[in-house]
Amino acid sequence: MRDEITLGQRAVVHRAVSWEEALVRRAQDPDLVPICGGTDLMVDINFNRSRPASLLDLTAIPEIRDWSLSDEGQTVRIGAGVSYTRIVAELSVHCPALAMAARTVGSPQIRNRGTVAGNLATASPAGDAHPPLLATGARVEVASARGERLVDIDDFFLGPKRSALASDELIRAVLIPVVRGPQQFAKIGPRNAMVIATVSFAVALDVVAGTVGTGVGSAGPTPFRSPEAEQFAADRLDGHWDTPGSADSGVLREFGRLVAAAASPIDDVRGTADYRRHALSVLAARCLGWAWSERPMEQAA
Amino acid sequence: MRVELSVNGTDHVVDHVWGLESLLTLLREHLGLRGSKNACEQGECGSCSVFLDGELVCSCLVAAGQANGVQIVTIEGLGNDGPLEPVQQAFLDTGAVQCGFCTPGMVVATYALLDRHAQPDELTVREELSGNLCRCTGYQKILDAVNRAAAAKCPT
Repeated sequence: MRDEITLGQRAVVHRAVSWEEALVRRAQDPDLVPICGGTDLMVDINFNRSRPASLLDLTAIPEIRDWSLSDEGQTVRIGAGVSYTRIVAELSVHCPALAMAARTVGSPQIRNRGTVAGNLATASPAGDAHPPLLATGARVEVASARGERLVDIDDFFLGPKRSALASDELIRAVLIPVVRGPQQFAKIGPRNAMVIATVSFAVALDVVAGTVGTGVGSAGPTPFRSPEAEQFAADRLDGHWDTPGSADSGVLREFGRLVAAAASPIDDVRGTADYRRHALSVLAARCLGWAWSERPMEQAA
Repeated sequence: MRVELSVNGTDHVVDHVWGLESLLTLLREHLGLRGSKNACEQGECGSCSVFLDGELVCSCLVAAGQANGVQIVTIEGLGNDGPLEPVQQAFLDTGAVQCGFCTPGMVVATYALLDRHAQPDELTVREELSGNLCRCTGYQKILDAVNRAAAAKCPT
């Protein structure tokens, strides 16, 4: 293996000005490390934990700068370069859970630079965007010089900081179904700002399909869903989607218990496994309770 | 590598930039602009805050090479040799400066805050300044300074 330090000494930044150029460069030089907002990568570089041979800057690529609606308005396609700040400001109606999660990311400075695509590429179990993406059934549009493919979010996370992204691929966009019912997100940490989640949770109700989606962060080697909790909540809601009112507290407690049972957290500097399980059961119950109370809700046009 | 960028309205051509160094290093070491401070190098403290094409960012988290062709405004670009700007004056008047290390970042972030919210309430101020740490913990005076600057910039 080549010495990372030696490689890094001659590092330069290649500033791709088109998506095509980025793919070609990535194919030509597997040692190039992509950088967009830099909010994860630059920390590793500043602390000598990473010495990329060179960087491939994606911030000047026009094709990934914006979001748009596709599938006749049923899907939001968020370009890889769209910042959290813009998601908070522009997508709170279309993607409420993601916008809520985006608002908890870092600080204004971090949200101005950081992106959902970068969060995915880092693939940390604690990434704030991941629970909403899991709960809503998002897909990741990835590309290389070999071609493009869509990866279901359920297949994207392979392990701590490991994803289905191949070494020559780049994330081009994230596809999220437009809101189909109430969504909620909650995150717990030592303070309101600038925290990596001790645990985080998202729930998305789909009033059309009659389903409930979940997403959990910081409580296992990857972000994950809880199919048992999803089925339990959908069964309890069956026949009551149009009936206003709040959820039975026993249902919420059981939902929280099922979500926590799906977790495999560890003890670390941010919290113990026991604390994480407990906090997760509380957050999950609260989120479902809030979402439940928001029904019935008109579908976003 | 070479980086060409505009800093505080002046075009610069900077040679011998290392590809993995940060915009903060470029500003401080290559251009001698030492107002932006280097403290945490991980985006936690905000003391290196600058405007990049009008957006508030931590310059320690921008690779210098990513700044090719962009416009940067640093703390040095916010004042001039004449009377102090309202934000600067407010920090002085309220005693919002203790050791002073966080002050440049706080002032830059306050400009960004007042740009987005001319008359911010306290929660908004706290949220907008949440990326700036004052290790002297002099936050109350800083909040006072922001209120004073808002009133001075936008008299009701």
